[in-house]
Amino acid sequence: MPEARPEARQWRRFGAGEQLVRFAVYLLLVATVVAAGRSVEIIPEFLYDAPEQMQDLLVRMWPVDFAHYPKGVHAGLMETLQIATLGTLLALVLAVPFGLLAARNLTPLPPVNFFARLVLVASRSVNSLVWALLFVAVFGPGALAGMLAIAFRSIGFLGKLIGEAIEETAKGPVEALTAAGAGTGALIWYAYWPQIRPAFWSIVLLRWDINVRESAVLGLVGAGGIGMALDTALNLFQWERVAMVLVAIFVVVIIAELAVTQVRKRIL
Amino acid sequence: MNTAADTQPTTQAALVIRKLFKAYVAGQPVLKGIDLTFGGTGLTAIIGASGTGKSTLLRCINRLVEPTSGEILLEGEDIVRLGGEQLRAARRRIGMVFQEYNLVERLTVMENLLTGRLGTIGPLDAWLRRFPPADIEHAFALLDTVGLANFANQRADSLSGGQRQRVGIARALMQEPRLLLADEPTSSLDPKTSVEIMELLREQGRANNIPVIVNMHDVELARRFADRVIGMRNGEVAFDGAATALDDGMLRSIYGGEGWLQ
Repeated sequence: MPEARPEARQWRRFGAGEQLVRFAVYLLLVATVVAAGRSVEIIPEFLYDAPEQMQDLLVRMWPVDFAHYPKGVHAGLMETLQIATLGTLLALVLAVPFGLLAARNLTPLPPVNFFARLVLVASRSVNSLVWALLFVAVFGPGALAGMLAIAFRSIGFLGKLIGEAIEETAKGPVEALTAAGAGTGALIWYAYWPQIRPAFWSIVLLRWDINVRESAVLGLVGAGGIGMALDTALNLFQWERVAMVLVAIFVVVIIAELAVTQVRKRIL
Repeated sequence: MNTAADTQPTTQAALVIRKLFKAYVAGQPVLKGIDLTFGGTGLTAIIGASGTGKSTLLRCINRLVEPTSGEILLEGEDIVRLGGEQLRAARRRIGMVFQEYNLVERLTVMENLLTGRLGTIGPLDAWLRRFPPADIEHAFALLDTVGLANFANQRADSLSGGQRQRVGIARALMQEPRLLLADEPTSSLDPKTSVEIMELLREQGRANNIPVIVNMHDVELARRFADRVIGMRNGEVAFDGAATALDDGMLRSIYGGEGWLQ
């Protein structure tokens, strides 16, 4: 009965309205890239001799001044690691309460969630270097300013991710312990914490890893660490020493990466 | 029914539910005036199609779901009016077993059992895992009872479904409850394990001399293990009587239709 056959049914992934919106988004994306390209104002002359300049720089950097390490780099490097570690720990202490308050399932009070999120966003919206400038102005140059800069930038990162980890927990165990008459403290420790534990350590280690790299440049604004040595070498055009500092940072980052990978493997 | 019991002082009944309404969305009640009385012992099965409010009813009893109106008297005390510390104290007296077990996966079996005592110890002791020795002894005894004596230090996520549900039951019993609720405790289990779990629930109800209320989908299991069956339809009690009185006519009126009956 071909004449009784119903009209072939069609299926489309997107409706007409959705297609229009998608087209508009793509158009906007292209327009943004074009506009950005114009405002950057690339100067062709500088672009053309960039390879030459790069080569020149590398030649000046060689040979790396390893002899400079014991007297000019080592102390700064250790200070950088201390800034990163203490800064991460301080951030953790401050971030956990905000993370708990930001999680909508644990703290079902929208104004409190909003306030906590506001604090976390504020912390993240300021770059470490800007925090460092602020703290150098308040506490004077040195490692204290660096540590506080690292800590204040990290609060937002740690708090946001800890809050999200809490929001992703299964609600079954929470329900079960609530039904047993457990209080909020006991719920956090027995129902939420075991669930977020792997994510928590993973987040903390990742932030420490980032902080080792970030604290390496804080010295450029006078906030202590290996960046001070880098700044001095750059200002005096001692390129072999600049190379030494870069190598030191590179090695530390590699070691940190290896350590983090190993630790993460054990705790998951 | 039970109007006589309703008007009497409720010293005898373990649990009395009066005019219980629950609407998640205003104007669309899921529970429409439930009146039920549960005596001091016996296993009651609540059956009914999905979405008829069985789970909501059970969760209203320990206030995991907030009732919209009505009274729920646990040994004479109206749970609906309690808050804070008093509500927690009331919840301690009600054990609950869940379909998906709801164990804390990364904790050991022993730790999961001890979470049943969290309502009785202070926050600092809970934090430091300082449980009274009597609780730990009780936990070992319950592990013997449910047949998991050698599993105390295993992580909950290493157990099978049946073993997890046994831990779930042991955790509920850790509370030394005056009432045991079970929300579809066998729906995720195979038929043999389901029977074992129902046997365990019935035995423990008898051994502890407490009433057991079980939501379930399996009518045959309900007939086999329940002393009393409550059939729910559209948020109301459609049947309430002895398991033996549950015939095909009743089942039709509870679930609707008849093609599924053999």
